[in-house]
Amino acid sequence: MKPSIFAVACGLFAAALAPSAMAAQTHVAVAANFTEPAKEIAALFQNKTGHEAILIFGPSGGFYAQITQGAPFEVLLSADEERPRLAVENGFAVPESRFTYAIGKLVLWSRVLDVTDGQAALEAGNFSKISIANPASAPYGAAAIETLKALGLYDALQPKLVQGSSIAQAFQFVDTKNAEIGFVALAQLYGNSEGARWLVPEKLHASIRQDAVLLKKGADNEASKAFLAFLKGPEARGVIERYGYGLDIYAAREPAPAR
Amino acid sequence: MDQLQPLWSPVRLTLELASVATLCLLVVATPLAWWLARSRAKWKEVVATIVSLPMVLPATVLGFYILILLGPDGPGGALANLWGARTLAFTFTGLVIGSVISALPTVVQPIRNAFAAIGDRPLEAAATLRASPWQAFWRVALPLASPGLLSGAVLGFSHTVGNFGVVLMIGGNIPGRTRVMSTAIFDYVESMQWREANILAGGMVVFAFCVILSMILIQKRFEGSGL
Repeated sequence: MKPSIFAVACGLFAAALAPSAMAAQTHVAVAANFTEPAKEIAALFQNKTGHEAILIFGPSGGFYAQITQGAPFEVLLSADEERPRLAVENGFAVPESRFTYAIGKLVLWSRVLDVTDGQAALEAGNFSKISIANPASAPYGAAAIETLKALGLYDALQPKLVQGSSIAQAFQFVDTKNAEIGFVALAQLYGNSEGARWLVPEKLHASIRQDAVLLKKGADNEASKAFLAFLKGPEARGVIERYGYGLDIYAAREPAPAR
Repeated sequence: MDQLQPLWSPVRLTLELASVATLCLLVVATPLAWWLARSRAKWKEVVATIVSLPMVLPATVLGFYILILLGPDGPGGALANLWGARTLAFTFTGLVIGSVISALPTVVQPIRNAFAAIGDRPLEAAATLRASPWQAFWRVALPLASPGLLSGAVLGFSHTVGNFGVVLMIGGNIPGRTRVMSTAIFDYVESMQWREANILAGGMVVFAFCVILSMILIQKRFEGSGL
């Protein structure tokens, strides 16, 4: 027994040392709605590869503006597919690296009304304010508008709309009860059993694809490429799914097909 | 010209908000500054510190607490109940309250300094001429402190025009009602309409330039007149 324990110990020691010998860093700009899963994934990534992913959280639109001005980001995990596409188009990102890492799920949420039957609650309209994310800049906001239009309720509810600058703020308006009801991301309700919710059927809006892309600054960085590969792997996908995102079945295939 | 039409609404709303907020600020800040300048209470600096806090707190933090303050579980909600509403967030009134709280320190400070600079003598002289404290305040202190009041008003107005974080947190971005210049610029940048953003931001830069220049000129003028 003793030699085998010794061997295991040696193995662990080597395993602990080996990755750090070639460990590198990558700077990842992460859309604010993906904050919590990104932290978990970065920890798993470091355990497995020894590389360190330094996460920077913020709004995707802000990131894109910063990237065009030479921000030192190497990977972008956007809240939409628009910015990564533009980053590729305008020469800031590596074209074949783009893929959908998560698909957002839209939820109608309230802390004061019973919205378990969301459609009925929206039709009844027993509320003075309904909170959504800014549809011009946030995909969750655009999906909320599409949902209201698909239900034929947009014109009736439009005067009651209030917009958060991001999905985080749309959530805050409902959380502080300033708006009785609102469209938020399922991921924001992770570990939160408060209030009533209605998962919006995906047929009511275009899918909220969140794309990742390797930026030119990280094109030659081992850790950046490893992070994107890890994001496609089973450990990361487990985390992503657990937080309430959908997955793109194509993203798991290697290599990812061009869209 | 048609393209500029949507830009006008946030500009008009911003000017309305800043005007109303400045009036409220002067009404609140003048007695407060007077008390801070004249009182001998030991705890007055504690009050001065509390008044200054919004200057130090990040706008998002301040905005979040104002959002709760205005909400259904806060005093704002109770007030809104009087006319059957649930919350003061997402309203013009709510924006005025938020703007007054965040600009208060910048307005109180110059007015307090102006009152303090008057000293006791002019007020004692007024008293010997049988002026009541009320008369002395209106006829002696206030005119002597007018440069400070003017600075306070200009600073309060421009602070409100430039206020972004708090308005973003409590406004709800409703066109024509709570969508002011600073949040409109943010929106345009976020949705990559940089041309519109540039126009509004350019206007703000010109405005800020005029404000600062006029402040300097006002100061020079009063210094020149021996005040």
